[in-house]
Amino acid sequence: MLNVQSSMDFKYFPHTQDDLKAMMEKAGVKDFDGLYAQIPESIRFRGDYKLPSGMSEMEVRDLFAKLGSQNKQLTCFAGYGVYDHYTPSVIPSLLQRSEFLTSYTPYQAEISQGTLHYIFEYQSMMTELTGMDISNASMYDGTTAAAEAMMMAVAAGKKQNKVLVSGALNPKTREVLDTYALHQGIELVTIPVKDGVTDLSTLNSQLSTLEGVAGVMVQQPNVYGIVEDFTGFAEACHEQKALFIMDSVAADLAVLKTPGEWGADIAVGDGQSLGIPMLFGGPYVGYMCCTEKLIRKMPGRIVGMTKDNRDQRAFVLTLQAREQHIRRQKATSNICSNQSLMALFVTVYLSLMGKQGIKEAAQLSYAGAHYLCDKLQKTGKFHLVYDKPFFNEFLVRYDGNLDNLFSCYTMNGILPGVRMNDGNLLIAVTEKRTKEEIDRFVEALPLVNGLH
Amino acid sequence: MNNRLYGNLIFELSKEGRKGYSLPKNNFGNYEIPASMQRTEEAKLPECDELTVVRHYTNLSNNNFGVDTGFYPLGSCTMKYNPKINEEMAAQPQFQNLHPQQPADTVKGALALVKLLEQSLCELTGLAHFTFKPYAGAHGELTGLMTIDNYHRSRGDMQRKKVIVPDSAHGTNPASAAVCGLEIIEVKSLADGTVDFDDLQRLVSLEGANIAAMMMTNPNTLGLFETRIPEIAKLIHDCGGLMYYDGANLNPMLGACRPGDMGFDVMHINLHKTFSTPHGGGGPGSGPVGVREGLQEFFPVVSPYYGNYGVMMRAYAYILSLGREHVKEVGPLAVLNANYIKESLKDVYELPIDTICCHEFVFDGLKDKSTGVTTMDVAKRLLDYGYHAPTIYFPLLFHESLMVEPTENESKETLDGFIAVMRQIAEEAKTNPDLVKSAPHTTPIGRVDDVLAAKHPVTTWKVLKNEIL
Repeated sequence: MLNVQSSMDFKYFPHTQDDLKAMMEKAGVKDFDGLYAQIPESIRFRGDYKLPSGMSEMEVRDLFAKLGSQNKQLTCFAGYGVYDHYTPSVIPSLLQRSEFLTSYTPYQAEISQGTLHYIFEYQSMMTELTGMDISNASMYDGTTAAAEAMMMAVAAGKKQNKVLVSGALNPKTREVLDTYALHQGIELVTIPVKDGVTDLSTLNSQLSTLEGVAGVMVQQPNVYGIVEDFTGFAEACHEQKALFIMDSVAADLAVLKTPGEWGADIAVGDGQSLGIPMLFGGPYVGYMCCTEKLIRKMPGRIVGMTKDNRDQRAFVLTLQAREQHIRRQKATSNICSNQSLMALFVTVYLSLMGKQGIKEAAQLSYAGAHYLCDKLQKTGKFHLVYDKPFFNEFLVRYDGNLDNLFSCYTMNGILPGVRMNDGNLLIAVTEKRTKEEIDRFVEALPLVNGLH
Repeated sequence: MNNRLYGNLIFELSKEGRKGYSLPKNNFGNYEIPASMQRTEEAKLPECDELTVVRHYTNLSNNNFGVDTGFYPLGSCTMKYNPKINEEMAAQPQFQNLHPQQPADTVKGALALVKLLEQSLCELTGLAHFTFKPYAGAHGELTGLMTIDNYHRSRGDMQRKKVIVPDSAHGTNPASAAVCGLEIIEVKSLADGTVDFDDLQRLVSLEGANIAAMMMTNPNTLGLFETRIPEIAKLIHDCGGLMYYDGANLNPMLGACRPGDMGFDVMHINLHKTFSTPHGGGGPGSGPVGVREGLQEFFPVVSPYYGNYGVMMRAYAYILSLGREHVKEVGPLAVLNANYIKESLKDVYELPIDTICCHEFVFDGLKDKSTGVTTMDVAKRLLDYGYHAPTIYFPLLFHESLMVEPTENESKETLDGFIAVMRQIAEEAKTNPDLVKSAPHTTPIGRVDDVLAAKHPVTTWKVLKNEIL
């Protein structure tokens, strides 16, 4: 007897009772138990899982709708590494092409040219955006890409295990770096911040006094939204044989001076700002680019061009000798996949927006942010903490109570920004924020004061 | 140069002045980005209209093969069906527009889902807590090992830096250990592919005080259940180490056995394998890590927020759809499918370990080696017949490994079709070996020159363009 009654009773299982019978006969077992004869009875799971009973599709929809209704939809002025940019309608539609969605790593190049082809385009676009020579096929997110860059610098150096990190790096990134550094035995040293920017003179003295510095990491725009001037940074690093690593917000590179132009050896960051929905933290996509010289030190997959035996242009995973499944315990990274579908997202985004669109979006974000900043300062309640050039995100001190501000604003459908540990408010504006929405941010202010 | 229009790169379809976007007018007044901030060289991105972009990527998708296209028996990857309802749920704007820094009282539904998914995974694995921060399976492994390292450090057990790994393990196991600053010791496998218990005892008596953990998949990479797992766990626990379960092969255990009950303390789950979320051409995945009570305080911070939240939503939709009745049928049906294929082909393909398997099994190439047809050739010929190839040349235990994992979603007809083609290829290997050796013949491209790609790396349009001109 089969101890299964309900197969064929479920839409994802095609087995009829006749199928089960014929297949078990072939497999040489009498029932499901026979399939697991090797499992000692003492550890065999016999009961029922304490889970809800299976739901119909309509019930699943209802449950998600109920959960969704418990989330408040807010007009987003928060950033801090995650930005509410515009997503062209084409992208979700193309990402649902199931030949992309339901495939895996392109091991069989002959039937994976779709994936390999767009990764080649992705790599080409990311090198254009960053001004670097080489890009890998993508990484999990910006924070882990930064951690990989840190490890790459240490592996590329000889007996160097220190990495200097700007104090103006997003603490969320720093926390991930600290985790990896602890287990890798890498020593992270903070470069102090002066007037909101990484202090070059202290960096210079750190570089000349500290032994074994493998890399220096900075962020652009930095955590306060300030666009830093990195003149002299690359030279200072290279003089001490340290690699210069820049972590940048991808969308901002449309107009900002690039890591390549600043003389960076490794460029990393998150591609979320290229139209990827915020979705409560992920999935996003990390990017990593480097100079030609470092190609064989770079972690992750790389797609290269080649020819097939019919003399056609073809794309293939290449330089695999660098990767974990070949190097095993000698590996300096355990990355074995890429964030492929999100790399496709970015590729389609950059194809649609093109050379002009990314600049226009960046200009809109810049203008909206500066317009809001001016208006907030005019209220007399908000004060710019650092008088430095910023891009689309800025740090203000609020004269009132931030708890009240947040509760009143969220009640009125506005997420006013991100509260920083120092008690200041970090506000971001993207091309998605209209003038009306920004005006409403300012006009809502008296409501907060009414709460006092 | 490829003369088919749709073989072009998007850069080759670009024409100065075309646009594929629309943005609102700038009505903020005069805010110019200072020249001193700006890049001097512009990013040479393509300029295309919307339809050109849509056609280009639609045609690229036609050169791809997914689970929705056909049978995808890629061993160790659990290429199961990715239900459409999961996609619909993850696309809801009530979740899509949530900033991860929103105050908790504005994201109650999103946080509730994290809790519900955690409870479900705890129940299915027999563990007590999960973190969802890891973005992928390998990231989960690393997170799990860091958790173990943190635990030993907290006890002042600083010398525990060695991790025992079977010689048949996934390549990521040793790599993850290395990134975690741990050292690998390999334990031998017996002829039947399971852990050599005597060798393990020897390692433990030699290194007991230095052992941080033992890392295993169960069933192992050959699809075989490690029957001595309770003894193995006891041996490791007695010497002060922890047991790590690589969840890559969790699928056949649904309805049969829980890692927590086997004696494991820490594990990761690949939501993109066992819980039906799409592989996306290589990602995004999700690799939540579960632990026994008391170990949760040692979870490291490996990402800023809740990991790949969108992937978690899909996994939860899947668990709800199956429910307690059907989740326990997943394992048996996956195991039945694998054994059915194995038994139907073992007379023509070499089966080194002839026993009942779990969700997957490994052939060591064709039985008849005289034809010179290799596993690579068989894999490529399968593409001609409209199947994705199994995993090849892994595990490293055999020279001609061909690893087949069918999953529970495949019908008897699909399996029979695959079996017939595998037999046909075995026949072709005898009658027309060149046909097999020169395969594939019907795919968009033929076999590629890997050596050329590695010797002379061309990885961007910038470089390629210069070579064409």
